[in-house]
Amino acid sequence: MILDGKCPKGPIQTSWDRHRFDMKLVNPANKRKYKILVVGTGLAGGAAAASLGELGYNVEAFCYQDSARRAHSIAAQGGINAAKNYPNDGDSIYRLFYDTIKGGDFRAREADVWRLAQVSNNIIDQCVAQGVPFARDYAGYLDNRSFGGAQVSRTFFARGQTGQQLLLGAYSALSRQVKAGSVKLFARTEMLDLVVVDGEAKGITIRDLVTGEIRTHVGDAVVLATGGYVNVFYLSTNAMGCSVTANWRAVKKGAYFANPCYTQIHPTCIPQTGEHQSKLTLMSESLRNDGRCWAPKKKGDTRAPGEIPEEERDYYLERKYPSFGNLAPRDIASRAAKEQCDDSRGVGPGGRGVYLDFADSIKRLGEDTIRSRYGNLFEMYEKITDENAYKVPMRIYPAPHYSMGGLWVDYNCESNVPGLFVLGEANFSVHGANRLGASALMQGLADGYFVIPYTIANYLAKIKPGSVKADHPECKKSIEDVTGYNNKLLSINGKKTVSEFHRELGKIMWENVGMARSEQSLKEAIKKIPVLREEFWSNVKVTGSGAELNQQLENAGRVADFLEFGELLAKDALHRNESCGGHFRVEHQMPDGEAKRDDENYCYVGAWEFKGVDKEPELHKEPLTFENVHLAVRSYK
Amino acid sequence: MNLTLHVWRQNGAKAPGKLEQYEAKNVSPDQSFLEMLDEVNEQLIKNGKEPIVFDHDCREGICGMCSQVINGVPHGGQERTTVCQLHMRSFSDGDTIYIEPWRALAFPILKDLIVDRSNLEKIMQAGGYTSCHTGGVADGNAILVPQPAAEYAMDAAECIGCGACVAACPNGSAMLYTSAKVAQLAVLPQGQAEAAQRVCDMTDAAQAAGFGNCSNHYECQAACPKGVSVKFIAKLNREYQKALFK
Ligand SMILES: Cc1cc2nc3c(=O)[nH]c(=O)nc-3n(C[C@H](O)[C@H](O)[C@H](O)COP(=O)(O)OP(=O)(O)OC[C@H]3O[C@@H](n4cnc5c(N)ncnc54)[C@H](O)[C@@H]3O)c2cc1C
Repeated sequence: MILDGKCPKGPIQTSWDRHRFDMKLVNPANKRKYKILVVGTGLAGGAAAASLGELGYNVEAFCYQDSARRAHSIAAQGGINAAKNYPNDGDSIYRLFYDTIKGGDFRAREADVWRLAQVSNNIIDQCVAQGVPFARDYAGYLDNRSFGGAQVSRTFFARGQTGQQLLLGAYSALSRQVKAGSVKLFARTEMLDLVVVDGEAKGITIRDLVTGEIRTHVGDAVVLATGGYVNVFYLSTNAMGCSVTANWRAVKKGAYFANPCYTQIHPTCIPQTGEHQSKLTLMSESLRNDGRCWAPKKKGDTRAPGEIPEEERDYYLERKYPSFGNLAPRDIASRAAKEQCDDSRGVGPGGRGVYLDFADSIKRLGEDTIRSRYGNLFEMYEKITDENAYKVPMRIYPAPHYSMGGLWVDYNCESNVPGLFVLGEANFSVHGANRLGASALMQGLADGYFVIPYTIANYLAKIKPGSVKADHPECKKSIEDVTGYNNKLLSINGKKTVSEFHRELGKIMWENVGMARSEQSLKEAIKKIPVLREEFWSNVKVTGSGAELNQQLENAGRVADFLEFGELLAKDALHRNESCGGHFRVEHQMPDGEAKRDDENYCYVGAWEFKGVDKEPELHKEPLTFENVHLAVRSYK
Repeated sequence: MNLTLHVWRQNGAKAPGKLEQYEAKNVSPDQSFLEMLDEVNEQLIKNGKEPIVFDHDCREGICGMCSQVINGVPHGGQERTTVCQLHMRSFSDGDTIYIEPWRALAFPILKDLIVDRSNLEKIMQAGGYTSCHTGGVADGNAILVPQPAAEYAMDAAECIGCGACVAACPNGSAMLYTSAKVAQLAVLPQGQAEAAQRVCDMTDAAQAAGFGNCSNHYECQAACPKGVSVKFIAKLNREYQKALFK
């Protein structure tokens, strides 16, 4: 089937404005009759729930943590982009649009990206009004910095905790709506199924993580804003609870999963120290503004960094990409680091690391300036590694970080299942095959504050509110299914723990579907994952019962989903017989090792329809056309 | 290194709890405290026992989920460090470690080391915001914020809402938590319009939720993993006074 993204036709500059006018509205007096279920309270879900509540809809919001404020958006460090052009350095909506399309290696929809760039400016205004303490210059104006892959300074930031501050802004807005009675919050609640009635999304089945109760919430529309799936690699920069579960359970109810193979490996993370490792910590990429990446020129060099003279260091990013240097986009910087290590020139334990060196900047700007810019990051680094990065260079290594893929949605952020909307990292929409730094926060808030409040009305205006009741047979069936599934997990009583399976899956994924993928490695993964999955369902040990707070059970469900989803990810990567952005197939590279796209055959969104576990998924395509940007080889030389 | 752990086990809010002893073997100094507990749990599961439940999520010190009292001190007593960022290199071979949940009247225990912190939410819902609408706000640069004010606001806004301040306070007070939000918004032009109402509503909500009063012990500041200062409590008091005379 050919999918239609339903983008407005005509000049892109006015596309969103025209579309807003063309969409239907819900009469103010009727809004409260519609119930909207928002799953996820990160930037995307938090902003959406608050805005929809304020508009007068009856909103229920869900998250698995004990507070809406703890969504993983909280961990974003570096900043948020907007096309304000405050520094007068040549930025514009068009430039942000262009950079995002190009950065995504021409695998995103033009209209969606244009809208994102257009509303980016509103986001900053909104956050300022909420009291987000963005960095200011001495005159009191908003400060900007340049961030990964951009040649203009368009990134707004709040120390090294931009995500935290933006999320607390959204959380404040949400709290206000809770007080106003328009939003009801359900924390420590995990969505485990989507209820579809006559082909439309009408509810979710959840598990109360404290009591273990499984129940259905019905509504007139469902919004998923449940974040990313890179924990499929086990070790990643995501939080421990991040999962593909909400998305995957929706897939099993008919939603298509788009471009799962587009995953982003972040170049600057703290290297792994041992088998005990439970997650990897990101060091914000803003560090690359003042830090220089290098590796020893000599193979197997075990000297301390300070003993390696300047001429024996390879500042490989500056050498390979003279104009972007240390600010080369993430996929490029990650692969370059991996190349150094594969070439036996890595540093630190196991040789899986390269240096990020601040010595020159400290010499030029002074330690105080560096401290004021990155103090909290240096502190975090020291806590984890016991090393002082003001004195010795940081060691960094790439780690799975972000998922560009996600549920397929059209221009309205609506999936192929009517009434199911998907926002933020959970959808696939704007980043193509690679996301630029500081653009995910922008997308989350754009979707939540400025897109969904308009587009959901267009759907709701067409339906009758409250048509499905909690005693609908589909609700009962959903509860039975979820209960049965959990009971099955609890009854296996095997010998291996859930984490052991997750770790093994992560190894398969990282080794075969990680930074460099080949036909052979992908086939290997596709062979191994089902075997591991089968073992899981016969040998996993989940202690306790379903009728209580049971973290093992929660985790077992998430890992079970990863064990199915990982296979789809590998299949998507195998089918996409080209390299683009974060998807790097070793068979397809330029002579200098750059990703080689195949626009003739792969200039489309690949959206997969689930046909059953152990059955082949079906591919649906949405062709991508570029009318405003010239398809070009992405070059950062 | 090898360690002896005494961990608070309690099966539900109403069940009686007690400290149970466990051995943590071959702990690496590079492991985080929670990774050490992960391994203890793996062993428990393999032996068919119930693993210890504890709150955690981001494991990088920012989400505010993790919440353990270690040897009597919330987050373990290392300066500006959450439990998840505490590393085993700060312990020695043979150490005995006591691990308990947050203890405060307003934080009922749900299970083992997990407490219910929803009372903190009520304080935020009472006024921890500016009442701006989505859309229809002024240009970001139309509101000038002097840099020192922005920095002051950010110092306060560092709060991760973990509740260590409450757990550390002999009165179980949430004053540091409340004051951080009050001070952040009181110093910014955007928060002025509602400043008086906000400080009254938020302090009332704290009291209603069962948090104690502040009697200047400063234990909160010492326990705060983000270094939020008690100067914000002074600011809250001043804002409160101002509001009374309005
Ligand atoms: C360490 C780190 C640093 C980053 N730095 C930056 C940066 O500087 N700039 C930038 O632009 N981007 C950055 N990103 C990316 C960005 O933070 C995320 O992409 C973005 O915040 C995701 O927001 P979200 O709202 O889509 O999802 P999240 O914030 O992850 O929220 C997901 C929500 O869904 C809920 N949820 C999930 N599953 C379920 C379920 N089954 N049932 C119920 N609830 C569920 C969770 O409880 C949570 O509330 C960073 C990411 C990481 C990990």
